[in-house]
Amino acid sequence: MAEQHLPERQSPLEPEYHPGSHGNFEHGVDVILSETRPGSILQLAAWPGEEKRLIEIIRNVTGLALPDGAGGGVSSGARAAFGFAPGKFTVVDEAEGFAQAFAGAITPAIGTLTDLSHGRTAIRIAGPKAEWVMAKFFAIDFALPAFPLGAGRSTNHHDIFAQIQRSGADQFDIYVFRSFARSFWKALCHASEEVGYEVQ
Amino acid sequence: MLITCPYCGPRDVIEFTYQGDGNRERPQPASQNLDAWNAYVYDRLNPAGDHNEIWQHSGGCRSHLRVVRNTVTHEILSTSFARGGHKTESRS
Ligand SMILES: [Zn+2]
Repeated sequence: MAEQHLPERQSPLEPEYHPGSHGNFEHGVDVILSETRPGSILQLAAWPGEEKRLIEIIRNVTGLALPDGAGGGVSSGARAAFGFAPGKFTVVDEAEGFAQAFAGAITPAIGTLTDLSHGRTAIRIAGPKAEWVMAKFFAIDFALPAFPLGAGRSTNHHDIFAQIQRSGADQFDIYVFRSFARSFWKALCHASEEVGYEVQ
Repeated sequence: MLITCPYCGPRDVIEFTYQGDGNRERPQPASQNLDAWNAYVYDRLNPAGDHNEIWQHSGGCRSHLRVVRNTVTHEILSTSFARGGHKTESRS
């Protein structure tokens, strides 16, 4: 079989991605912004009644046990998964080509897998003011009791869809459309100026 | 106005799209009953009070929802998935 050549992926943020400290950082940097560039971003969907089987497949393939309930998720550093809608899940892996790991596992009777690795951009915001900056964009509750560790949320910013996972007590991973990623990134930088931010 | 999505929890109305009157009954596609089609397309209860509605959480989980809304006060009296099958624990 011919060797698979994956195209080299370029960052849509590149022209606006300026590593270093910015904004009002004289008294310290309160958020760190970065593009995490995961190799694989997958969307998995179960047909009605097949949700439990799909959650089981995610556990077998990724080793991540999704907690019960709406928006439940797990983030383990190299790998992450969370529910973003009834019967629908986002699975993220550091490595490219992770969709192959699900080949044969998600049968047509169970549901579908869509590889969105080239269609989404993953942006991370971390630091003591992460909740504060996020609250300027999205009308949801970012407090830890309302938005637990690992959990996912589907929401939008100015009608542009976004998925958010809490990957740490003061850290969020935001998945946005690649075509809107640079615009969102610029807005995120502007919103972070007042607290002082560092791009890594 | 906040609508409590059975999946996502309470969200601002801006995340939702109104999909119309939830009292309508669509005739079978092959039906030639003109009165039934006329009723489906045009007849509305238009109450000043509680109203069955279909909404979509288009800016969130994208589920279609049954919502009972008071057209006078805009109070949301209940929300549930429009289609059964996806049974998910409510966060509200
Ligand atoms: Zn929802």
